[in-house]
Amino acid sequence: MKKYLIILCCLPFMAKAQDTVQGMVMEANPENKHLGLPGANVYWLGSPIGTMTLEDGTFSIPYSKEYNKLVISFVGFQSDTLTVNGPKSIHHWLKPSNALDEVVVEQKKEAVQKTFFSAQNVVTVNSAELLKAACCNLSESFETNPAIDVNFNDALTGTKQIQMLGLTSPYLLITQENIPMVRGASQSFGLTFTPGTWVESIQITKGAGSVVNGYESISGQINTELQKPLTDVPIFVNGYANLNGRLELNTHLNTTLSDKWSTGLYIHGNRRDSEVDNNDDGFLDNPLSNQINIMNRWQYQDLEKGWVSFINVRYLSDEKQIGQTGFDPDTDKFTTNAWGSEIDTERFDGSVKLGYVFPEMPFQSFGFQASYSHHAQDSYYGFNTYDIDHESIYSNLMFNSIIGNTKHKFKTGVSFAYDGYDELVNGNVFARSDRSAGAFFEYSYTNLAKLSLTAGARFDTHNRLGNFFTPRLHVRYTPWENGSFRGSFGIGRRAANIFAENQRMFASSRTIQLNGNGGDIYGFDAEKAVNYGLSFIQKFKLFDRPGDFSVDFYRTDFDNQIVVDWENPREVKFTNLDGDSYANSLQVELNHRVLPNVEVRTAYKFYDVKTEYQTGLQQKPLQARHRFFTNVGYNTQPKENGSQWRFDYTFNLLGEQRLPSTAANPMEYRLGEFADGYSLMNAQITKVFSDKFEIYVGGENLTNFRQYNAVLGADDPFGNYFDTTIVYAPIFGRMLYTGFRFKI
Amino acid sequence: MKKGITVFVIMLISVVGFAQDKNKKMTFEVDGKCEMCKMRIEKAALDVSGVKYATWDVASHQLSLVMDERKTNSMKIKSAIAAVGHDTKELKATQEAYDAVHPCCKYREDNTDDSSTHKKHHR
Repeated sequence: MKKYLIILCCLPFMAKAQDTVQGMVMEANPENKHLGLPGANVYWLGSPIGTMTLEDGTFSIPYSKEYNKLVISFVGFQSDTLTVNGPKSIHHWLKPSNALDEVVVEQKKEAVQKTFFSAQNVVTVNSAELLKAACCNLSESFETNPAIDVNFNDALTGTKQIQMLGLTSPYLLITQENIPMVRGASQSFGLTFTPGTWVESIQITKGAGSVVNGYESISGQINTELQKPLTDVPIFVNGYANLNGRLELNTHLNTTLSDKWSTGLYIHGNRRDSEVDNNDDGFLDNPLSNQINIMNRWQYQDLEKGWVSFINVRYLSDEKQIGQTGFDPDTDKFTTNAWGSEIDTERFDGSVKLGYVFPEMPFQSFGFQASYSHHAQDSYYGFNTYDIDHESIYSNLMFNSIIGNTKHKFKTGVSFAYDGYDELVNGNVFARSDRSAGAFFEYSYTNLAKLSLTAGARFDTHNRLGNFFTPRLHVRYTPWENGSFRGSFGIGRRAANIFAENQRMFASSRTIQLNGNGGDIYGFDAEKAVNYGLSFIQKFKLFDRPGDFSVDFYRTDFDNQIVVDWENPREVKFTNLDGDSYANSLQVELNHRVLPNVEVRTAYKFYDVKTEYQTGLQQKPLQARHRFFTNVGYNTQPKENGSQWRFDYTFNLLGEQRLPSTAANPMEYRLGEFADGYSLMNAQITKVFSDKFEIYVGGENLTNFRQYNAVLGADDPFGNYFDTTIVYAPIFGRMLYTGFRFKI
Repeated sequence: MKKGITVFVIMLISVVGFAQDKNKKMTFEVDGKCEMCKMRIEKAALDVSGVKYATWDVASHQLSLVMDERKTNSMKIKSAIAAVGHDTKELKATQEAYDAVHPCCKYREDNTDDSSTHKKHHR
């Protein structure tokens, strides 16, 4: 019956073009046998022309110039979209899907997808977007995305800090496949420990996240999904080199062992041996570094029985040397010959995930995850020493089901977390262990039209934070076609690891003052904040091409915060909040595909982030109030073998930033009250030769804008005025890089 | 008397034959062509009491259902789907219901030109 319909549909086309695309769809198998797949859907994307494969897996479909994306899909297999630019014959193997639920055919994959129907304000960044910039590691994966601001952390390590809604990364919950990752000891450098090529996609949630992932998210949540052995290519090699002497090599090896097991080995190495000091202040503009990062993943799935599982182990070793050029650790460590620093990290991670979907009830499932990590960092900054050992255990058991029908879903479960910290700060021991257990329940409702909401709550008992209740609420309402309002509300809490999060203070002559009130965490109370916000998104069509306009406003109000006060240049002072601390953020975004192959994104961001410091209620230092962002992407039409050119350009304009006060310093060590605004440009060109091989060339900070006085007191690093913490702009100028990607 | 009722009930059950399944899986074809149709079809199916799960695949036009057979049956669901303007093999929507669907979802006419303009409405 259906075939007749399709043939009827196609008749007018037949009249126009007699050409057909013929071929065979087969089930992927290790021996590449021709196992025909009957009943698979084959259709032209965006057209009503489709057919199904016959008993032997063969098909024939009329070809017309208007469509060049052929979608092949079958329930239980991953859908594939082939580029077909002419009548020809196609042999295609479909891989079994590793998603447990049925395959949903994606109509068009945008590199950045803004959710429209979910109650939460989520932006999904997929791997296509990650290819738009060098993306050596996760901290650099956000350069082309306006939801996240990337700032430099300090003048020495070159580590990039990310911010959302005007708050730095400690206030974001960063998870890897829903297991909390960048936290505790890895807060400062953790984002640089996930190589960019390992990332499959990133989900950025603005505002309070879901209660399922715990109580720690305050301004948002960033979840990273890694490449999966079953869906990643069998062999992937990526090499990268830049003019600052940084070299990287990434290799992925994936293999399917049986119809249920597959495994992948992911190896990353990067190093920088050359000493670069472009601004002639005597200090390295970038650390000398060396990182080895190895991960092995095992994936199990039995679709018939409904089981799916992942087992991961990872080992990382990272060494950095920073400081004056010519510093030799063997002879100069802890001497005044030269100022230098080394940061050595060793980390082990292991995790297990187990999921079960009831075969008779696709809407009901169990999930269990458990992870263990051990993080050891030994470091010294001049005469300051800082060592931290952090052992962490996290586990979560969750049950998903429905109430009546899938319009009413719920998730409920329990979680347990343990963190053991052992720190040595300039000879002083700080040790503590945190244990918490909690139970959560989250209800979500959608009427499949105008309204959806997610209401969640969890109750936790924590040996330092006490017993507390965490509510979260997300609502989405669609009053008219393609327009959605969203609201969210949530409370978040965390135990701030003040030394690990503010490590850059060790690279200065500031004395560290802890003005605690006798609380349980370094003498401080836990941080607590309320976050709420509203957003509106309107999708539209202009010149028959899609675009969207969105406005977000979020506010975070701190009940308690560990205020890091840099306002006296002689010291860095930690106090419990006394007075107000809030962050207001407004973002207006306009995106449009202005030409068939040109996408333009623009965003204006306003941040009003104020905290009560010793000098009064002030805008957070090094936080621009105004930012403007533009990203333009242009791709040529891919040829049949996948070859194409891709061009990408990003422009960032930052308004003036308030600097922490240096008025108490002598004249020559003073900075102004404000740093002027400036703009930055990045660009990248990718030449795709085929589906297997591509080369990219790019540049960051093309206008060569630099901050020349990044190291205060560089002439006397052991004197009273040495400070590397006041960084408001790039230190190294224009940075050109190149790389290749090869996959089989 | 009580005995009589019991016997009668037992007879009834045997007439029904099989125990009714609380989670009966079922798949049938529903005509439609886009994401908006998908929302409309799934909503109509889920609004029928006893339907627990409904997913309509745009490409294959297959509607997969899980339902409680004690509360509903496939014909009830097909009627609900026809009422919002979508055809199934057994049951065609009335012209009135069909006219009410969004202009871009007119799956009966072979008007191919508008499909590319609305398929990205919702993701």
